[in-house]
Amino acid sequence: MNSPILRSPSLKTAPTLSFYKLGCSKGGRKLFKDVDCTLEAGKWLYITGANGVGKTSLLRMLCGLAPTEFGEISWNGTPIHAQRESYQRDLCYLGHLNALQESMTVSENLRFMTALGGSQVDKDQIDEVLLRFGVGGRSQQLVRHLSQGQKRRVALARLALSPARLWVLDEPFVAMDEAGIKMLADLIADHLGAGGLTVLTSHQQVPIGCIPAQILELHR
Amino acid sequence: MKQQASEKVGLTAVLLATLRREVSLAMRQKGEVLTPLVFFVVIASLFPLGVGPESALLLRMAPGVLWVSALLAAMLSLQRLFATDYADGSLEQMALSSTPLGLLVAAKALSHFLLSGLPLVLMAPVLGLQFGLDSRSLGILMLSLLLGTPTLSLIGSIGAALTLGVRGAGVLLSLLVLPLYIPVLIFGAGAVEADAAGLGANGHLSLLAALLVLSLFFAPLATTAALRISLE
Repeated sequence: MNSPILRSPSLKTAPTLSFYKLGCSKGGRKLFKDVDCTLEAGKWLYITGANGVGKTSLLRMLCGLAPTEFGEISWNGTPIHAQRESYQRDLCYLGHLNALQESMTVSENLRFMTALGGSQVDKDQIDEVLLRFGVGGRSQQLVRHLSQGQKRRVALARLALSPARLWVLDEPFVAMDEAGIKMLADLIADHLGAGGLTVLTSHQQVPIGCIPAQILELHR
Repeated sequence: MKQQASEKVGLTAVLLATLRREVSLAMRQKGEVLTPLVFFVVIASLFPLGVGPESALLLRMAPGVLWVSALLAAMLSLQRLFATDYADGSLEQMALSSTPLGLLVAAKALSHFLLSGLPLVLMAPVLGLQFGLDSRSLGILMLSLLLGTPTLSLIGSIGAALTLGVRGAGVLLSLLVLPLYIPVLIFGAGAVEADAAGLGANGHLSLLAALLVLSLFFAPLATTAALRISLE
């Protein structure tokens, strides 16, 4: 990763996420089983299914937050538990929680989160991304003074600042207005265009640019 | 935009960022730093009031009383070590960081020591005077606390991780952690007593240092395992 050109995701070997015969049970109840999928660079996976079918559980398994009881998840052909560190460098997860500390400013939060992801951003990059997400000029404001929707936008701004190639997003469109949804869809489309991958769950069908979704429907 | 955003940072930068975050958060909620300190002062001051002004008795009790007070004070703020990060999802992100979680946990324990252990070390001589300790004993007391309180923070982080998201976590945390604090208490208070008895405090202080090294190695591992279970 020394040469600046190599940093562009598209010029590295095309990443692939695949999982095979995944299964999950919660509290003795089987949620889903035998789920297979292969996702290649530039593609996005839309996970759908009824409430409580295990969409979030599947995403948490893909991130390595929950152990995989059955089946195997591979990143570039290697199981993720065998390459935890490098996989997590390639991964950016956005869950139901925004992961924003209320008594820190927007900019402090974003700096800390990008540092956790192993990269560094300067003030201009933060301002630029916040502007793009419609929360420009708020970088020095405490997160507790933002509205729900604004907090979500700041949390999403983390995606734009992250060098990760795989985005795993749990209900990213919740609490967003129409402009916000469009903006996020564009951001994901850009990410895919640059050779990234995205896995997301959502209750509303949102087109991502003109890239067709790979759909995975979960059922018991 | 993405390409320019990917300047890499090293391990130490991540750990420093974590430490800076914890300290600046605590500075914004000053009550959290002051509460353990005031608690320490109040508890240690209650004993002379309770047992009467007999100076020989107070002098004999002093190391034990000060150490027990310090131990309880250091425990007060433990519960919040991971609780807010757990509630807002930051802990999840820390677990997903490419930096090993054990190191981030160690950084958090270090910040707990800086914010609740170190003030106790600095306050202890003032309280020691109240019990009539001489300057040599005060020095040993400070040294024993300086070696002991980081161990308290490290062991405490295990308890904080185990009780994460549990109802009535505060009491459970005390029950889990206090028995584990016993060796630190024995060698910490023992150091001052041994020195006063003319036996020298070296042995006790070395054992405190050994406990610190052991907990520095094992506590982050145990804490990480407990956190991963809480996050599942």
